[in-house]
Amino acid sequence: MKKIEAIIKPFKLDEVKNTLQEIGVSGMTVTEVKGFGRQKGHTEIYRGAEYMVDFVPKVKLEVTVAADTVPLVVERILTSARTGKIGDGKIFVFDVEEVVRIRTGERGREAL
Amino acid sequence: MMRFTTGKLPLILLFLAGYLIAAGNTAVVLAVEPAAPPAQETAAAPAAPETPTPAEVQKNLDFVWTLVAAFLVFFMQAGFAMVESGFTRAKNAVNIMMKNLMDFSVGSIAYLALGFGIMFGASSTGWFGTDGFFLSDFSKDADKWLYAFWMFQVVFAATAATIVSGAMAERTKFSAYLVYSAVISALIYPVFGSWAWGSLYHGNGWLEKLGFIDFAGSTVVHSVGGWAALWGAVILGPRLGRYAKDGKVMAIPGHNIPMAALGVFILWFGWFGFNPGSTTAGNPDIARIAVNTNLAAAAGAIASLLTAWAIFKKPDGAMTLNGVLAGLVAITSPCATVTPMSSVYIGGIAGVVVVLSVLFFDRIRIDDPVGAISVHGVCGALGTLLAAVFHEEGFTMARLGVQALGVAAAFVWVSITAGLLFFLLKKTVGLRVSEEEEMEGLDYHEHGNTAYPNFQLIEKR
Repeated sequence: MKKIEAIIKPFKLDEVKNTLQEIGVSGMTVTEVKGFGRQKGHTEIYRGAEYMVDFVPKVKLEVTVAADTVPLVVERILTSARTGKIGDGKIFVFDVEEVVRIRTGERGREAL
Repeated sequence: MMRFTTGKLPLILLFLAGYLIAAGNTAVVLAVEPAAPPAQETAAAPAAPETPTPAEVQKNLDFVWTLVAAFLVFFMQAGFAMVESGFTRAKNAVNIMMKNLMDFSVGSIAYLALGFGIMFGASSTGWFGTDGFFLSDFSKDADKWLYAFWMFQVVFAATAATIVSGAMAERTKFSAYLVYSAVISALIYPVFGSWAWGSLYHGNGWLEKLGFIDFAGSTVVHSVGGWAALWGAVILGPRLGRYAKDGKVMAIPGHNIPMAALGVFILWFGWFGFNPGSTTAGNPDIARIAVNTNLAAAAGAIASLLTAWAIFKKPDGAMTLNGVLAGLVAITSPCATVTPMSSVYIGGIAGVVVVLSVLFFDRIRIDDPVGAISVHGVCGALGTLLAAVFHEEGFTMARLGVQALGVAAAFVWVSITAGLLFFLLKKTVGLRVSEEEEMEGLDYHEHGNTAYPNFQLIEKR
């Protein structure tokens, strides 16, 4: 099992969610986050004074799937979250040792 | 750790409250007795029962209009609360609300006890009134007009008082602000008010005798509040991190611009009580005053928008909101003595000036989070002068001279009294919270809780 963690643009969340549901991903967790990469921040102006917003709002999406579906999921996120402009985000893939469904106690792939 | 440093203040307040009740009782007892209606002229003709005379109808109309206007002006307190909290950070929102709530509450009692008598009591000198404290004037002639008039005046006093909280936002000690609220409503505002408006009731002021025009209070209310705000901000000093060592102005964005915008809409709405209500009479004059008020606000918005757009390359929202208020403040003095077209010019000039003024005060490092000094102090003075420039009977140097004298008198009087008040507060109870309290937020340290406990706030400063 693998966990795929994607940092994406907030307005792309719906598209990404829909396309993952289409390929049978049955659950995911989403967090509002702030951060910066190559995009850096941007300047805003308030009452005549410019200021730097270093941490840009992003959405972090976490989805844990069976290892064999990882390439498909990554591909789907890649196409649906991309705008081609700087700041589209990143995808990280991690190994997951164990998954337990709390209600039933099921473990492993059963619990996904 | 939380520190409640108010110390003996609650005791002092309790004592004060006891005194007020004791002193007020005599007035109340006197007031209840002679409630007999003064109008008994229908005795001759018992037929045609209860047909009110035109004069009675007019009197009723005056009561209703004056009180409805008073209620509109009261609602402006909500407008100020929204503007000030919207333009400041979430960690100080409870504090701003408490200041706006309490300056009206403390101010109402202070105005009852002292303010109204000083402003509108009989005056032999023309400098301050000496009777009518605790609404005791009611016992003289049992005229219920006193209540309508007092209600209208107390909301004006509270408007002057609440202007200051915005300029002093995010760093002022709550207990010191309570003391300030009492003093401005009991003394600073009423003394100047008596000079310009005393004869509206039993008083007479030296300034009004010269022909000073301040129909609804560009100077009496707004400049007085604005100059008090100026000295409060100067003596407090800027918020931490507002001005960098190299002189750069650091933005501290407000936490809720829609809230600030709602506040401006509420103030605009309330101003239809503030200016047209200052006739304190239900008559056709209120129509043009309402038109003038509206046009000046609209022109202020457009002019400040264009000014901000030209300077910052963006149609800045916060500045445009200030521009609306600048137009409203400026038209408050001349609203009954200028044409609608002049009102457009007056609002427009104020809209330009307010943007430049905000930038100016930042340049000289006077930190005013909401622009209260520029909106109320500067544009209040401006509107009072423009009342002479655009007077419908034509411009005269003499009239401009009197207007300038009134503007200067307000500045000098408020600078001396408010300056002294804030200086003394700084030396005694303390005017400013500690650095730690300022960084972590006044809400938690002064009031023991936060405005938005269900939201996690990540703030730069």
